[in-house]
Amino acid sequence: MIQKKLSERIIEGLIHASAAIAIVGLVLIFVFIGKEAVPLFTSPEARAEAGLSKLFLAQVPEPGEPAGHMWQPVSEIPKYSFWPLIIGTLKVTFVALAFAFPLALGAAVFTSEFAPPWLKEIVKPVIELLAGIPSVVLGFFALLVMATAVQDLFGLDYRLNTINAGIALGLAVIPIVFTVAEDALTAVPQSYRQGSVALGATPWQTARRVVFPAAFPGIFAAGILGFGRAIGETMIVLMASGNQAIPSWHLGYGFRSLSATIASELGEVVSGSPHYHVLFFIGVLLFVFTFLINLAGQMWVGRFRKKLTGEQ
Amino acid sequence: MPTARTFAVLCGILLSLASPRPNRAAETVTIKGSDTLVILNQRWAERYMATHGIAIVQVTGGGSGTGIASLLAGSTDICASSRPMKEKERVALKAKTGRDPVEIAVAKDGIAVYLNSANPLSALTTEQVALVYRGKITNWKDLGGPDQKIILYSRENNSGTYEFFKEHVLKKKDFTPFAQCLPGTASVANAVARDKRGIGFGGAAYAKGIKFAALQADPARPAILPDEKHILDGTYPVSRDLYYYLRGDPAGPIKDFIDFALSPEGQAIVAKVGFYPIAGKKK
Repeated sequence: MIQKKLSERIIEGLIHASAAIAIVGLVLIFVFIGKEAVPLFTSPEARAEAGLSKLFLAQVPEPGEPAGHMWQPVSEIPKYSFWPLIIGTLKVTFVALAFAFPLALGAAVFTSEFAPPWLKEIVKPVIELLAGIPSVVLGFFALLVMATAVQDLFGLDYRLNTINAGIALGLAVIPIVFTVAEDALTAVPQSYRQGSVALGATPWQTARRVVFPAAFPGIFAAGILGFGRAIGETMIVLMASGNQAIPSWHLGYGFRSLSATIASELGEVVSGSPHYHVLFFIGVLLFVFTFLINLAGQMWVGRFRKKLTGEQ
Repeated sequence: MPTARTFAVLCGILLSLASPRPNRAAETVTIKGSDTLVILNQRWAERYMATHGIAIVQVTGGGSGTGIASLLAGSTDICASSRPMKEKERVALKAKTGRDPVEIAVAKDGIAVYLNSANPLSALTTEQVALVYRGKITNWKDLGGPDQKIILYSRENNSGTYEFFKEHVLKKKDFTPFAQCLPGTASVANAVARDKRGIGFGGAAYAKGIKFAALQADPARPAILPDEKHILDGTYPVSRDLYYYLRGDPAGPIKDFIDFALSPEGQAIVAKVGFYPIAGKKK
């Protein structure tokens, strides 16, 4: 009896420890990234070159030219406006989700509600296999093959444009949204479906009015996860976006994302320079973005679940 | 490519760590500076250590400015630089050492402007190229071509080619943000080959589907193609010398290594890395 308790206690302790390590690791990552960004607010040299006002307000590139938002870190007068990067990141994320979410959700509803078991056995693993494609391969595919097709299809000026990168990014998001949404739909108790059908509803009415609302928190979580994946993905956007730092929502132009900027510039930046601290500040921004979105998603899902189950 | 450069630096560090240390510190030659030159330095160092081997050569990058600062501080034997030393730096160094630094040109580099092979234009002035990349000219019509938008391809801002082009062609003005930044000369050449309206720049290496624009330093001068002859005799307007700087006359292992770099064997490596040999004569 006592022995069993002891071993159980050890196991419990180990589980606690591993959870704590994960949390401590996360906090440490945030602290170290944050530490490298702090001089942006404390060092006078960094503040003169890249203070908060320079990061977010319009700057005059050279005398006589209109003020604008520019990302030109290597320049006589370095310019570090975040807006081109933020707009670029958000616009490709929206394109990716607009492309991936309906497809993934449709596939999830089909496999869980309508597909015969043998078909489900094929479709589910094949879609989940998409998650196993390294993002550099997706990026390469988008850069060399897809770009020309997308350009011709939409008649765009730029080969590397937001739609192209968005679709490639969507391919990386689909398996995540699909897997989570499909699990949520499958987890809806069979009795819900039987009750609905017994009342005379067709399978489609059952799926739409009964199963889908019951699984909604899970489907919403799938969307949040997909968003988080899209906003932080680096390799695909680095290769397929053209990396133009322009503050424009136009989908026919390229863009420069926050993550790709860190990836391409951190390798060569002078350690300790304002540019270096700015890149770490971008890291902090990305971290905070995804954290807030996940948090908001969690809270919303929790509230919705309570409403659905009638808990107070 | 930045990753290749970083890799070369890492290899240099690893190699120098892995090699057995000589007894006398004098037998280590350190080279620091230009990132453009890192790969060439590394190839030279590898070959030199394999065949001549009286000294260990350590290569680091960091940029020409970093290299010159290290030379000033005395923490490197050789400073590699992709630009001539500025007057201020010369004065500072002279104040430290009491003599002018020794400047040795070790290789030549030329940057070509790429056009799609279907582009009817074949010659541009450097002024026109600068206006195009600054976003002041946006249509081929204004350059005497068809009425089409110009699609610009450039390099990432950490690239030495980017900085060189910015300094020598754009005269330090900013690139237009509409230029698409691609990760490497091969990507730029590839993009221009796929885009009839495209323009790009990079090393003068051949690629299918593109052609090099002949450049005129000003409209009165003839248009010059970036081939070996014109880069070597200096008539092609966008070329530069790459330098080694020393605190004093080379001696001992430093002289031995530089002699190797300038020898026919060393200059053959220059051509392999994609630069041009400095001698200008048949090797």
